[in-house]
Amino acid sequence: MNVTVQPDKLTAKDFASDQEVRWCPGCGDYAILKAMHKSLADMGARPENTVFVSGIGCSSRFPYYMATYGFHTIHGRAPAVATGLKLARPELDVWVVTGDGDALSIGGNHLFHALRRNVDLNILLFNNEIYGLTKGQYSPTSRVGQKSPSTPMGSVDSPANALTFALGCNARFIARGIDVQAKNLDVLFRRAREHKGASFIEIIQNCIVYNDAVFADFTEKAVADDMQLHVVHGQPMIFGKAKNKALRFNAQTFQLEAVVIGENGVTEKDILVHDEKNRVLAGLLSALRPPNFPEVLGVIYCDPATSYEAAVVAQENLAKAKGPGDLDKLMRAGNTWAVT
Amino acid sequence: MNLQADAGRKDTNTPAPKSELDSIVVRFAGDSGDGVQLLGSQFAQETALASNSLATFPDYPAEIRAPTGTTYGVSAFQINFGSRLIKTAGDQPDVLVALNPAALMVNYKGLRKGGLVILDSGAFKEKDIKRAGFAVDPRLDGTLKEFRVMEIDISAQALEVAKPFGVSQKEGLRTKNLWTLGLVSWMYDRELNSTMEYITRKFGAEDAVRDANLAALKAGHAYGETHELSGDVAPVSMPAVEFEPGTYRLVSGAEALAWGMAAGAQLAGLEMVLASYPITPSSPILHILAKMKQFGITTFQAEDEIAACCAAIGASYGGKLGVTASSGPGIALKTEAIGLAISTELPLVILNTQRAGPSTGLPTKTEQSDLFLAVWGRNADAPIPVLATHAPGDCFEVAIEAVRLATKYMTPVMILSDGYIANAAEPWRIPSVSDYAPFKVQFRTETEGFHPFVRDPHTLARAWAVPGTPGLMHRIGGIEKDYNSGNISYDPANHQKMTDTRFAKINNIANDIPEQSVELGDTKGKLAVVGWGSTHGPINRAVSNMREQGFDVSHIHIRHVWPLPRNLGQLLKSYEKVLVAEMNNGQMLTLLKSQYLIDAKSLLKVSGQPLKIEEVTSAIRSHLGSN
Repeated sequence: MNVTVQPDKLTAKDFASDQEVRWCPGCGDYAILKAMHKSLADMGARPENTVFVSGIGCSSRFPYYMATYGFHTIHGRAPAVATGLKLARPELDVWVVTGDGDALSIGGNHLFHALRRNVDLNILLFNNEIYGLTKGQYSPTSRVGQKSPSTPMGSVDSPANALTFALGCNARFIARGIDVQAKNLDVLFRRAREHKGASFIEIIQNCIVYNDAVFADFTEKAVADDMQLHVVHGQPMIFGKAKNKALRFNAQTFQLEAVVIGENGVTEKDILVHDEKNRVLAGLLSALRPPNFPEVLGVIYCDPATSYEAAVVAQENLAKAKGPGDLDKLMRAGNTWAVT
Repeated sequence: MNLQADAGRKDTNTPAPKSELDSIVVRFAGDSGDGVQLLGSQFAQETALASNSLATFPDYPAEIRAPTGTTYGVSAFQINFGSRLIKTAGDQPDVLVALNPAALMVNYKGLRKGGLVILDSGAFKEKDIKRAGFAVDPRLDGTLKEFRVMEIDISAQALEVAKPFGVSQKEGLRTKNLWTLGLVSWMYDRELNSTMEYITRKFGAEDAVRDANLAALKAGHAYGETHELSGDVAPVSMPAVEFEPGTYRLVSGAEALAWGMAAGAQLAGLEMVLASYPITPSSPILHILAKMKQFGITTFQAEDEIAACCAAIGASYGGKLGVTASSGPGIALKTEAIGLAISTELPLVILNTQRAGPSTGLPTKTEQSDLFLAVWGRNADAPIPVLATHAPGDCFEVAIEAVRLATKYMTPVMILSDGYIANAAEPWRIPSVSDYAPFKVQFRTETEGFHPFVRDPHTLARAWAVPGTPGLMHRIGGIEKDYNSGNISYDPANHQKMTDTRFAKINNIANDIPEQSVELGDTKGKLAVVGWGSTHGPINRAVSNMREQGFDVSHIHIRHVWPLPRNLGQLLKSYEKVLVAEMNNGQMLTLLKSQYLIDAKSLLKVSGQPLKIEEVTSAIRSHLGSN
């Protein structure tokens, strides 16, 4: 146990607990954990004011490896536990760590409501498109045809898109990153922590044992530049090794098109500029998927509004402004009679 | 008729009726849109202010507005009131007020023979009579021949009174509940002031409607006076009961439970987060606490029962008192989360207002069938303390006790109430929070020697260290923890030790609760009737009646359902026979048999209706013979 009082300037190490990490060798979770240790130190977060709440699954072991407060709860319910914690202690930094099965299958309802209420939680969904801890069954994000112990002839379920789901829940902050891209994750973690309200980050995470290389079509070094679009607010959406691929809006079809600058008369001024406050654009971007489009990464949507717990506190303060409650008085209000 | 002469006979086998009226049972019934609950609760209020003892039984359908005139849309409100201590809402009404044929259809068979039926004849049109399921008009074919019947065209009276105020026909007709209240108030010499204040408050902004309702109330009262309803419906007076000195009010179980939780939190020095999902008959607790934000109470209407329980656990983890309230089906959904609170040893109070089941069952009817769910209804070995409240006012004390145990022992605690207790009202001597000894919670701040499962050697409760405390960062979760560090442990011997410790911690509570007392009668003898929860009233009255007749019978009522009081086994073995009376199919019976290996007998009832005094007295008689 880490019980010594932290010195003022913290390093990544100060955020690592003394517990041996028990993920499979080569699991993408290691990279995310390391990125989080460093990001929190760099951001000046305090371990005592930081809480990681998780559900069940490989990703949900995350809190045990953080030298912060942590609560490993039950399958799918981390957003609900975290909501109660945030209602009780709005000043704490509360992170939720979950996976595709935990968040989108058994816990889909809680994720929906945490997002629509806009509770000030930073929700990290590690998406590896598989159930790892239960030994490799297909998950709600697995693609059609995925072979697994429970789908020996291939999955026939249509998969969920985590970001499209989040937007549909009226999430005010959605972003996507890749497990091994620590620098990009650092930006996303920082933005999520600064964002008041529910922040939702899908982290593409490779399960080396049960679903290895399922994201290779955009994560392999050879294709990465051509298959990843890193969006930045106010910047044109250009990608590709030669920096000549881009997204254009087709007003006729109301769809995005992947185009090449310099081909078919496409010039730089045809290219869409990312506006993270544009919800319609966020919807279009979040739905894009390889192979016809690049995987869209970065902060796709951020448009803050009053967070749930802040609104609750505001009402409570309004009630308290009339003076603190007096239970003896309350119980004697209305019709009473005295017996002497 | 002579109401005075036989009204006291409701309790079977009581001594010969006294010359003065000592108690009477009135049942109001009408369509679910007729305002019967308002009529009944206002009459209860007037009766309480007249210093009579009383107990009420609101009995309403699950449908909000069932089609007009149907039997399944009938809403009823029963009140038993008197000049002696009233313990139940009464086995059989002495008076039935039926505002339509369906209300008569549903209720007339329950009326005492010789009882009085007051009918709104204006509601007895042929189609209404048919719709209620009467082949012919029940007023003409002898259906009511065992009763005395008074017909008044209440509908026409109410409309006539409302006319000058220019309200709609619909609004005018809706004043008939208050017209009826005026009449019944006259019959029992009740003051109208509290109802007049109520009407003024409720309709304050709508002058015409307010005035029409006030006029209807007064008109009903005046009707009684001016029509000289002597004979059958002569006004009677009911002497006041001599209550203990104090300030009194009417209180429902839901109110007392909510206030008791607030008091408990205050005594623990904690703010409260109630997380709940709407469900009948638990929802009033959420409504009451939602209006108490100035008490440091946060209410959260969660997306479902599971989320409600989880959010309450999250709040407790954060250092507040997490509370969740529901009814059977909702509690079933919470069970996995309750297991998490058991495993992480966090305080949590679960309020279970039981209803008749299984599944959706009878949502608005009462039952005590969640005892197994409360005591044993979780995966693995997962003990928690369980408390049962036995009456509306009792909810206050039970709530405080639940908060005390939850915080002192770092454990979930379940309170079993039921639909009858939640909705019923009784006169209540209002306590002060300062009447109770505080039990302030001390959060852990000392870093030396800390780990999250470091235990108090006496209570075995683990340290409560809340996020935000420097130097005490730790991780907890549902995976088994090492006894000596709180870290994850899969060690076999450790799991045995942790299971044993959790078990010992809860069992140990038996040394911190009162010994089981005997409510009524001797601590040994021929027969003990054992009850728990809302059967207190009928059992107590029945045992009292039987003792007056010389039967050797005692009443034992269990509040601490788990762990059981440490002397209970010995106490039960000091009787020749034990009879467990409960509104389920034998759950407490099984619990007591398994714990004490006694040959207990049972009186079981699962009709959705409260136990009757007569049912208990006849069971006592059959177990004791004819004395």
